[in-house]
Amino acid sequence: MSDVMIEARDLTKRYDDVLALDKVSMTVRKGEVLGFLGPNGAGKSTTMKILTCFTAPTEGTAKISGFDIQEDSLAARAAIGYLPENNPLYPDMIVLEYLEFAAEIRGIAKADAKKRIKMIVEQTGLGAKFAQPIRTLSKGYRQRVGLAQALIHEPPILILDEPMSGLDPNQAVEIRDLIKEIGRSRTVVLSTHNLAEVQVACDRVLIISKGKIVADDTPDGLRERAGKARFVVGLIDGGPVDGSKASTDRAEKVLREVGGVERVRKLEAEAGEVRFEVLPKGTDDLRPALFKSAVDNQLTLIELSREGQNLEEIFRDLTTSAAKSASIAPAA
Amino acid sequence: MSKTLTIARRELTGYFNGPAAYIVICLFLILLGIFFWSPFFLVNRSSVRGLFDMMSVLLLPTTAAITMGLLAEEKRTGTIETLLTMPLRDTEVIIGKFLGALALLAVLLVLTIPYPMSVHHLGRLDWGPVWSGYFAVLLQGAAMIAIGVLCSSYTENQLIAFFSAGMISFAFWIVSRFLPFVPTQIASFIEWISFDYHYENMLRGVIDSRDVIFFLSIIGFSLALAFRSLESRRWS
Repeated sequence: MSDVMIEARDLTKRYDDVLALDKVSMTVRKGEVLGFLGPNGAGKSTTMKILTCFTAPTEGTAKISGFDIQEDSLAARAAIGYLPENNPLYPDMIVLEYLEFAAEIRGIAKADAKKRIKMIVEQTGLGAKFAQPIRTLSKGYRQRVGLAQALIHEPPILILDEPMSGLDPNQAVEIRDLIKEIGRSRTVVLSTHNLAEVQVACDRVLIISKGKIVADDTPDGLRERAGKARFVVGLIDGGPVDGSKASTDRAEKVLREVGGVERVRKLEAEAGEVRFEVLPKGTDDLRPALFKSAVDNQLTLIELSREGQNLEEIFRDLTTSAAKSASIAPAA
Repeated sequence: MSKTLTIARRELTGYFNGPAAYIVICLFLILLGIFFWSPFFLVNRSSVRGLFDMMSVLLLPTTAAITMGLLAEEKRTGTIETLLTMPLRDTEVIIGKFLGALALLAVLLVLTIPYPMSVHHLGRLDWGPVWSGYFAVLLQGAAMIAIGVLCSSYTENQLIAFFSAGMISFAFWIVSRFLPFVPTQIASFIEWISFDYHYENMLRGVIDSRDVIFFLSIIGFSLALAFRSLESRRWS
């Protein structure tokens, strides 16, 4: 039991008439990187604000590293490093000044603080920027400052609210790698609405929708749970398929008539190639049937592969329809 | 306690990191100089009474200006979330902010000391009332700063914080001028709640504990309300 770092029980938050969180429970263990996934307004930030003791739940409780968020709020907060949404910082402060301030508030002794700051500046790659006012930094560097602030006291738990939103793709990858590295020795909860980030960075995913947890699984497990694979069929654009709409429609029709196929969709492809996505009705491997059908119809096959269904589709399925989500949600 | 001082120091250096402190100090000293010295030679008396009367007026916009951003700006930009999720008590935040602004006021007051020193050069000056005068300004200023912290805690808009703090402090300050127009039953109460009445008492050179306690009560009450306001985020 001692490796449970975050334990939330039936967290409910009501803002006037709006139910922002509806009995959210979760357990996060030591060393886990948990992705908190959901559309905007689903309750991700509210959950994080409750766990970090910024706001109190209307009902329910949570323990952070064994400390109750209401009764032992100071001890709970001491165990957390937190990067709030939009990474608010004091623009007029110099990076070093800000980190010193954070270290002082965290009760780190002066001599230790110097060492810690040096280490953290190195770890987050802030090296050249630590004497600059925060307002002059790019968004990527500001994000590093926010992370450095959250890491200054070597917290066992890191809570990051949309740490990669608003960054350009290069910055996002850099920050994601940084989080991955940090996550090796810590428990990390990060929220996002970007699925690719979750797939790369997280061990476990919680999907939240309309204030309720609708799925709790590993990224792979989620994909498996959604069950169906998808097949990609690539044909040479030549011979029977000659680039005209009529010929691609014909090829599409051939694929659709293969037994066990539910849906066929044309995909983007490079010149000289036509690609289709084939979704099966069941879980059978359709590759032999697709191959045979292509040969029988004199279509030149250049690609035939089976892929797990995209996380994005699972996410859409889970968060758009309450009825569907109920069937996939754990029986908690 | 040390965390309170950390917050206070951050606020104080924050004022000097931007133009805010310099603007406030310059305006205060220039206006004080103009309004104090221009009638000084007409009256032709070695007294700093006018200096403290003028300071009392200037405190109104000054304290409102240096407190307006204390919490309002943190709420607007969201830094309040980083701050309040650190292991800090809400009271430490409130008192730290209050002390930070008070420290700026103290710096400002120290910079006005050349004025009474100049008076001293021109004619002999009784320094007793000068020090009690400074104590009175600091105490009244502290009460106005506490009101400013309170107003700043209720809004995200600095302008609203500025005007509401200015209005409330002004009301406390002006209320004794209406004494002739109020029923006698409440006159003594009106007098008692007026900043001016207690300030005048202290300017006479006698520090009465009742005047000190009055200002300390205003400070305590305002900061307690500011604390409630900050705390209310948890339940709303």
